[in-house]
Amino acid sequence: MEKNKTALMLGNAAIARGAYEAGVRVVASYPGTPSTEITESIVKYDEIYAEWSPNEKVAAEVAIGASIGGARAMSCCKHVGLNVMADPVFTMSYIGANGGLVFCVADDPGMHSSQNEQDSRHYAEASKIFMLEPADSEECKEYTKIAFDMSEEYDTPAFIRLSTRVSHSQSIVKLGERKDNELKEYVKDPGKYVMMPGNAKKRHVVVEERIKKLKALAEETSLNTVEDNGSKIGVITAGIAYMYAKEALGNRVNYLKLGMVYPLPDKKILDFAAKCDKIYVIEELDPYIEKHVRSIGVDVIGKDAFTLLGEYTPAMIKKAVFGEDEPEYAEISENIPVRPPVMCAGCPHRGTFYVLKKLGLTVSGDIGCYTLGAVAPLASVDTTVCMGASVSAALGMAKARGDEFAKKLVSVIGDSTFMHSGITGLVDIVYNKGINTVIILDNSITGMTGHQDNPTTGKTIRGEATKQVNLITLCKAVGIDRVVVADPFDVKNFEKVVKEEVQADEPSVIIAQRPCALLKTVKYTGHCKINDSCRNCKMCMKLGCPAISVRNGKVVIDENQCNGCGLCINVCPFGAIEKEEN
Amino acid sequence: MTKNIMIVGVGGQGTLLASRILGNLCMGLGYDVKVSEVHGMSQRGGSVVTYVKYGKDEKVYSPIIDKGEADIVLAFELLEAYRAMPYVKKGGKMILNSQKIDPMPVITGAAEYPSEIEKKISENIDVTAVDALALAKEAGNIKAVNVVLIGVMAKNTDIPYDKWIETIKVTVPEKFLDVNLKAFDLGYRF
Ligand SMILES: Cc1ncc(C[n+]2csc(CCOP(=O)(O)OP(=O)(O)O)c2C)c(N)n1
Repeated sequence: MEKNKTALMLGNAAIARGAYEAGVRVVASYPGTPSTEITESIVKYDEIYAEWSPNEKVAAEVAIGASIGGARAMSCCKHVGLNVMADPVFTMSYIGANGGLVFCVADDPGMHSSQNEQDSRHYAEASKIFMLEPADSEECKEYTKIAFDMSEEYDTPAFIRLSTRVSHSQSIVKLGERKDNELKEYVKDPGKYVMMPGNAKKRHVVVEERIKKLKALAEETSLNTVEDNGSKIGVITAGIAYMYAKEALGNRVNYLKLGMVYPLPDKKILDFAAKCDKIYVIEELDPYIEKHVRSIGVDVIGKDAFTLLGEYTPAMIKKAVFGEDEPEYAEISENIPVRPPVMCAGCPHRGTFYVLKKLGLTVSGDIGCYTLGAVAPLASVDTTVCMGASVSAALGMAKARGDEFAKKLVSVIGDSTFMHSGITGLVDIVYNKGINTVIILDNSITGMTGHQDNPTTGKTIRGEATKQVNLITLCKAVGIDRVVVADPFDVKNFEKVVKEEVQADEPSVIIAQRPCALLKTVKYTGHCKINDSCRNCKMCMKLGCPAISVRNGKVVIDENQCNGCGLCINVCPFGAIEKEEN
Repeated sequence: MTKNIMIVGVGGQGTLLASRILGNLCMGLGYDVKVSEVHGMSQRGGSVVTYVKYGKDEKVYSPIIDKGEADIVLAFELLEAYRAMPYVKKGGKMILNSQKIDPMPVITGAAEYPSEIEKKISENIDVTAVDALALAKEAGNIKAVNVVLIGVMAKNTDIPYDKWIETIKVTVPEKFLDVNLKAFDLGYRF
């Protein structure tokens, strides 16, 4: 990727490229689909310090510190990550920025990989931080550069809002050169940097003044563009919805494309509306623009014609605006099975859930690959709320239902999630005399989001060796006396350990240790095969392994799916599964 | 009109690499192009769908493809091919790998894998079926199913062989290049 060239880039990679060209020096993030590849792409640029932080709040604070210290800095997260970083972000609105500061947040309409479908734009309005929304990769790069410039010019943090289809679509980007910004001077200034009531009251005035200026800018900026096609129908839209609308409606309507979604340009909207007989607001998720446009007295068609749920498509827009049907296509005339995600063949979590299911325990779950422990046939996870909740919510359950219930209850939480926000729940259990059992699923990596290192893996984002958090000493240090390490593939022993620990009258932690089967360092060989001793008891089918199925009434193992992990050998009561080397 | 290619399969089958090869190819030919990928949860053995859209002289807006709009569907697995059938445009084409991978509802016995899928699809649209798994094995790695299918598809376009090879060379990691070039060739000559 050299200057003055073009490249095909993911929206996420283009955000990273924009940050690079804008002279960013520090990027700190916690992974989360669909935002992860931004920070992964930052690693390509040696000029930028990058880190995976333990969680989004820490990440945002690292970026905030870097900005106060005079560097251009960025922190990226998925929509729910913004909930975690919200606390420092809201106050940073009062402090402003020294070096340009950008929070980049990726929403997930359609919930491809998320637990809810929240709309981040509300955060911009609530925190009074301006927000830009690009619609393709080129805009991702350009808007990132603009966001940094505006952040410094207006002394404010900036938001960039993405959505899955912008983050995860590749389109062509023109590459530019890096502008190496000098570190800005850091001057001690408690009135600006120490947000206690006396100072914050003064800063709040500054914030309100700033929003007025940004509102004036919104009227002028080329980020908000009008495309007049001489139609009497107007469409107000932003981000990916613009691309869908443009494909569906072409030049048959006029467009007001909003590149800046907070604050919104009232006059520009009124002028645009005045030229049209009918106005549509086309936006995925909440009626955020629609509500604003209505509030300034413009009657529009929005969520009356479009859904609040999921992703939009050009076809649905064509239908809603012009009543035109989708083209003819061949329909499937029978019900066909769905294909939900599954734990991979060789996944270490499979052994854990096999045992938990067998013991019939209530499982307070969390977020990661192991959330799939909720699906048949393992079907043992009872709850999933947000990262970290497995531990603290289990304490609440135990307090509500008593010790006998607590002895049939476990929390399961991944290593990355434990570092993210499980540790505080564990402290709560110790402090408030819980007797809960917490199982940390230590697969040596952040699996769900595609293998990011974390404080327990001993490597930085750049793959350099670093100090490794020792989960055993950590748990002991907060006051857990019973800490046991067990291999979830040794199902007999694992079952014994779980039985013992849930029965204990004090809190305990089981570290279920076995690395993710997709890690390069994990080398299972050969594949498993069923021999003549098989009595068709289907015990192995309880594992929900994608490689094991029943064909013509007999259990078979698909050698193309099997990676030879051998867990099924350990659960077969008749010694009917054996390993065959390739 | 833009050209719409849809790639469907099961998470882990390497659909992403296939779409990146096509994306790079289109860019190399000077077309406007958008590639919509899947990352995250569904990569864990779920249905995955990626889109490649290009325009020779026009801009591509939406990165996604609606029903009845795909010029070509490249299917890595039989059931996923069936699921994608409604997306093929009238007069469009499907290239499918005849490999079957049971989804979890079939494994648990909650559902049955539909029968005679290939026949049912071919009643509606033009299908080329290939045992890409066997060809990938022949090339030396079962993971090369994706590039075998790209080879089959290449044969169905008027883009010269060398242009494809050039693109594969810049897209595929050095380590797997030999296997993949062989896989492409086997697909191309299928
Ligand atoms: C607040 C928040 N940030 C990020 C995510 C995205 N996310 C889901 S699971 C996960 C990490 C899971 O890693 P780990 O706990 O190690 O479990 P594994 O997937 O490896 O089993 C992340 C980052 C999220 N859902 N919520």
